[in-house]
Amino acid sequence: MTHSENSIATLATLKNINLSLHKKSILHDVSLELQAGKVLTVIGPNGAGKSTLIRILLGLQPVDSGTVWLKPKLSIGYVPQKISINDLMPLTVKRFIALAKNSSAKNGLSVLKEIGVAHLAEHDIKTLSGGEFQRVLLARALLKKPELLILDEPAQGVDVLGQSELYEKISELKDQYGFGVLMISHDLHLVMQKTDQVLCLNQHICCSGQPEDVSNHPEYQRLFGNLPSEGLAVYTHHHNHCHDLDGGVVVGTCKHGDHSHDHESGHNHG
Amino acid sequence: MDDFLLRALLAGLAVVLISGPLGVFIIWRRMAYFGDTLSHSAILGVALGFLLSININIGILVSTILVAILLILAQRQKQLGSDTLLGIMAHSALSLGLILISFVEGVRVDIDSLLFGDILSVSWSDLSIVAIGVITVLTVLSFIWKPLLSLTVHEELARVEGVNVSLISAIYTLLIAILVAIAMKIIGALLITSLLIIPAAAARQFSRSPEAMAVFSVIIGMIAVALGLGASFLWDTPAGPSIVISASAIFLFSQIIKRR
Repeated sequence: MTHSENSIATLATLKNINLSLHKKSILHDVSLELQAGKVLTVIGPNGAGKSTLIRILLGLQPVDSGTVWLKPKLSIGYVPQKISINDLMPLTVKRFIALAKNSSAKNGLSVLKEIGVAHLAEHDIKTLSGGEFQRVLLARALLKKPELLILDEPAQGVDVLGQSELYEKISELKDQYGFGVLMISHDLHLVMQKTDQVLCLNQHICCSGQPEDVSNHPEYQRLFGNLPSEGLAVYTHHHNHCHDLDGGVVVGTCKHGDHSHDHESGHNHG
Repeated sequence: MDDFLLRALLAGLAVVLISGPLGVFIIWRRMAYFGDTLSHSAILGVALGFLLSININIGILVSTILVAILLILAQRQKQLGSDTLLGIMAHSALSLGLILISFVEGVRVDIDSLLFGDILSVSWSDLSIVAIGVITVLTVLSFIWKPLLSLTVHEELARVEGVNVSLISAIYTLLIAILVAIAMKIIGALLITSLLIIPAAAARQFSRSPEAMAVFSVIIGMIAVALGLGASFLWDTPAGPSIVISASAIFLFSQIIKRR
């Protein structure tokens, strides 16, 4: 797609991105598009290049080839992966929020309220639980009034209940503000309900599509099939389609051999 | 009070006025060894000053900045660990400085005072240089305080929010270089880092905010300077090391309070 074809709602596109670091291929021919009001989740094993993808969008990592396009003056809210703050630094939650650009005491407290962590404002940031911390990071990202929210494994170090609450909150905020979301996750099942599109990454794009399609894609199952997801029982679904060779959705019964699989035993969902 | 003691006290208090706030960042950013390397390279600056017949303070400033630039460039390669690199640079600069100084003819250079300082011989003109340095550092630091704090908490987040990380880091390094240049005479190349680290570490215990920690760090540094000079006056102990030991005593005291 060329830029002139982009509708107003397109926030960012990556096109045929290639990147090698230290002579090791990190990303190969990766393309994606981010739209306002939509959630794109990137899943993939460790070392798949997920965080690198985010760094590229944030302008922190140059690419070898390919096109990075961001909507002019795009405001990006960024929630980094597990951040550790030096024990030797005394820092309250309120102060941490105030470190963000264009923050004031007033809007700082109001975003904390909005995310439901205003009661933690005077706490030292290192005393927070994983879930509380992620919410504070989310609050800081919201201060920028983002058009695009980028979250790098927001659920890391958060218990299962907290995780679904967190995803719920992100989804709620998305509906309220209409921003686009790019999220990295390990566990597709937890994010499924809240995701419009899933991109399965392992240096190249293995498969992409709506969550229910991806979870049944053989590439996805090869990468994640053995993960113990039973017991979580977060999402169940039925499906009636499979992929053609381009990854597009084909409604109906799978015709080609390697894509046909028994849905009930193919993966475990409660 | 003797005049020289007054000058020593003023010089010491002035230096901790900046080593306090600069020092908290040293410990937050885990840069203790970096500070050490810069201060060791000051000996090289002294040698440059003698050999090129330029002002010693300028010589120190130039050599510290050069070493800092070299370090920043060298840290881009990933083969040697950062600490290995710093160790190589620190001791090479120190040794090269000492060798060069040995070539200086006609001047008896007191190596002891270079390494451990000579606060009791601070002159009024030394003191005016200290004052200029302190005012410069405090002014610049107040301007970069917020972005520096932001990148210290999380570099990537700061970068995404538009902080020019390399610029702010470079300015901070320059401020350390200025501190080293003016603190050489007072506390010596080997002990400068102690003024950055020990009061800051002791201040942690009493502080609820980054700014409070900087202020407590200054106060603790000032107490250490006063105690150290007092001990030196009463018992004729070397002044620089006495200041350091006073700071360490306060640090130990802060740790004992913490245990309770």
